[in-house]
Amino acid sequence: MVAVSSTLLFIAFVAYLVATFLFGGAVKSSSSEATKSFERWGKLAISVTIIGFISNLGYFITRWIAAGHAPVSNLFEFTTAFGMMVVGAFILIYFIYRIPALGLFALPIAVLIIAYASMFPRDITPLIPALKSYWLTIHVITAALGESILAISAVAGLIWLLKNIDLTKKSKQRFWIEAVMYVCVLVLGFVAATTTFSLADYKAEYNYVNKEEKVLKMEYHMPAIFGMNESTAITENAMTPLVEMPALVNAKKLTVVTWSVLFGTVLYILLRLILRKRIAAVLQPFAKKANSQFMDEIGYRSVLIGFPVFTLGALIFAMIWAHEAWSRFWGWDPKEVWALITWLFYAVFLHLRLTKGWHGEKSAWLALIGFIIIMFNLVAVNLIIAGLHSYA
Amino acid sequence: MDKIVCTCGNVNPAGTELCESCGRPLNQETKEKKLVDMRYEGSARRSQTYNKTIIDKIWNFFSSVKVGMWIIVSILVAAAIGTILPQVFYVPATTEADIAAYYERIYGTFGKLYYELGLSDLYSSWWFQTLIGMLGISLVIASLDRVIPLYKSLKKQQTKRHISFLKRQRIYGIGEIEASNESIDKAEEKLKTMRYKVKRDGNAILAERGRFSRWGPYVNHTGLIIFLLGVMLRAIPGFYVDETMWLREGETLYIPKTDGYFLESKEFTYETYSKEESSEVFGEAIDRVGSIAKNYQTDVALYKGADDAVAGKPDELEFVKDSSIQVNKPLKFDNFSVFQMDFRLDELKAMKFQLQDKETQESFGDFTIDLSDPQPIYELQNGYKVEILDYYADFTGFEEGVPQSKSPLPNNPAFLVKMYSPEFPKGETSFVMIKETLEPLGENKHKIAFQSVETRDVSGLTIRKDLTLPILMLGGLIFMIGVAQGSYWNHRRIWIQRLEDGQVVIAAHTNKNWLSIMKDIDAVSVVANLPKYEDQQDLDSKAEKGEGV
Repeated sequence: MVAVSSTLLFIAFVAYLVATFLFGGAVKSSSSEATKSFERWGKLAISVTIIGFISNLGYFITRWIAAGHAPVSNLFEFTTAFGMMVVGAFILIYFIYRIPALGLFALPIAVLIIAYASMFPRDITPLIPALKSYWLTIHVITAALGESILAISAVAGLIWLLKNIDLTKKSKQRFWIEAVMYVCVLVLGFVAATTTFSLADYKAEYNYVNKEEKVLKMEYHMPAIFGMNESTAITENAMTPLVEMPALVNAKKLTVVTWSVLFGTVLYILLRLILRKRIAAVLQPFAKKANSQFMDEIGYRSVLIGFPVFTLGALIFAMIWAHEAWSRFWGWDPKEVWALITWLFYAVFLHLRLTKGWHGEKSAWLALIGFIIIMFNLVAVNLIIAGLHSYA
Repeated sequence: MDKIVCTCGNVNPAGTELCESCGRPLNQETKEKKLVDMRYEGSARRSQTYNKTIIDKIWNFFSSVKVGMWIIVSILVAAAIGTILPQVFYVPATTEADIAAYYERIYGTFGKLYYELGLSDLYSSWWFQTLIGMLGISLVIASLDRVIPLYKSLKKQQTKRHISFLKRQRIYGIGEIEASNESIDKAEEKLKTMRYKVKRDGNAILAERGRFSRWGPYVNHTGLIIFLLGVMLRAIPGFYVDETMWLREGETLYIPKTDGYFLESKEFTYETYSKEESSEVFGEAIDRVGSIAKNYQTDVALYKGADDAVAGKPDELEFVKDSSIQVNKPLKFDNFSVFQMDFRLDELKAMKFQLQDKETQESFGDFTIDLSDPQPIYELQNGYKVEILDYYADFTGFEEGVPQSKSPLPNNPAFLVKMYSPEFPKGETSFVMIKETLEPLGENKHKIAFQSVETRDVSGLTIRKDLTLPILMLGGLIFMIGVAQGSYWNHRRIWIQRLEDGQVVIAAHTNKNWLSIMKDIDAVSVVANLPKYEDQQDLDSKAEKGEGV
């Protein structure tokens, strides 16, 4: 069952990659409006996406059966489910608006998310007491669904910006849109770095002194650029860390981040050298085909659809469960706070749009920032800020 | 201020921008605009009309969405700052001094600063609470300022609108069409089948649907206000209880703040997943992580005593029920819930000793000290006895010759004892600790030899009563209804009119999803002859015409 599950996830992953290119074809041929070729590409692309999505659902269900609980209990499972739901949300929006450009940008983001997820331990973990509740299923799935629908608005915003920012002139917008591209490449860098060192089977153990002044062991899976506080190597011939960090800093995670940035930056420079253009400029022709008005409306509509779902899953169900499990419905745990921040942010988004007329560009940037907040809550709050939710 | 009388005869409240009845612009500024601002139907909002008294000024301040947004952004930023370092309630220290020291020791200068600025307890700071309060006021005022005039003008709107109103709509078209009267009839029929409420007034049609979505924002704001009020109710005595208790196996204790309820711990269980017993798929994870917790459980019996019974163990305890408290499965009674929150394994319960001759190790009898209730004297056979002079539950060492105990918890018990025997009727003094024995008053013949211990587990329980929960649930429910109402439905209106000169006008407005309303109009155009319309705001599609989408 577990093997079947993994295979299905892999099939979904490949299908999304293929569908991305098919959507690219659909966008390219869309200049000849409503031609047969456009219809063919578009139909093929969405079919492959749906096949991938069904396979992805198959992964989810088989893993659920194998584990005996909803596969949303650790970082790998949650992030994968999130990626899957982004595709689901895209399919939903696609059938309302039928815009291939959306698929061209939404699918690679889903692929990146799933690839990122796969870098974390993939084994099926039994549930710790705090997670043993049917609210795990209800709360986490609803919250992820809400976040994934909100993510579509960022995709629409990204397309809007790629289309409308003048990349021939120097501007703040040109800088920041390229920064977004660079960050996407960094995620790829993380995947590349993790895969490289894990293929090389790199392992090194160190002893270190933690902030409570206890001696503990830490296993690195990447060459230690940064060493833990007062670390000494246990593994023979382990690399001596270049810089030793104070006890407050988790040097292992810092090392992972640094390697990811290094790999990502090298990758980015290579891409720039090969393409001889900004990445945004490479993508711009694809975005140019999209109608700004449509993109703006999709961005707004996905926030409208996603916001109530997010509220229900990430705040209301969360509070009900928190009251059952932790005796209080709200405890200012970092993950809770960041869910509240996400909610407040989208509330501001909606108000600015409705009453201050923040359409088009401003709305698009806000949608992107909203996605960054969601990703911050998913990645940084789990990995950096320790709290009750750090189950990874 | 005076009321405004429109050319059509309708009397509008002062400050109205668009006549409630026919839609004519009522002031110069509105007349000059190419498109009218339809957000509140051009109705007279108090905040836009009066600005004289202090009450006007406060009202205007809080009714502003801009101000509201600044309040939310401030809360958002403050909330984020509060997650940089753990808040005080997650820090393993209780006294102010310990907490301050903790922040400095663990997080250095930044931690010290964070603590001194009060950021370590940010969410209960006066200014954060003030921001939340301001948000509440803003919600009330901003909603009232808008919903009442909006309601009035939507109620008063007439089917026939003035051309000056129609041509300032975002979707607008005008033209001569053949068989215009027939077309209007057909359009009316078609719109009815599309679940529009259609009103007809001569040559004019007003088709409207989903008006109730306009109330969504005000409904969800009401929900939020109820929620915030619910949170405030906590401050009223009796509404909210948050207590903790440590309950040892075998112990029966009064449950704090209840009306005479007592809880007995029968057993505490801590389980981890073992590779043998759990499902095969978990093997890898158990290997990788080591031990994974499976269950924390306290088996308890609940008793009820007299309502005012608090301490000790009253005689008349009435058994209520047995229960197993687990994480996610609290014990519930009356309005209280008892949660499994913490535990300590193997706390010392009793220690068994033997009085011996130091050299021959001959035994003169065993005795067991119950660490929660040490007896002053333990009588042994043949005139031997042991007197406990002093008991140090959590012995940490001597200070100036005086033994110290850190806490009343039996973490490291030590005893000052006197051993009586026929040979030493005045007794020999000994200081007994777990691993060694001191003889402070000179060499003894006898000793107290440690035999064994009994341990028991301690459950950390939280006792909670929260009578505000139903109010919070109600607030949440109303919020969800409102937000769904406002998000998943749209208020669409389509006006079709045949003017006196024979031209037909079509205009439409929706609060969102403009593409959908255009699809609706296109569907009507299939059966009825309608003039071509355009989206007067979509510059992009004008530019892109011919280029294709």
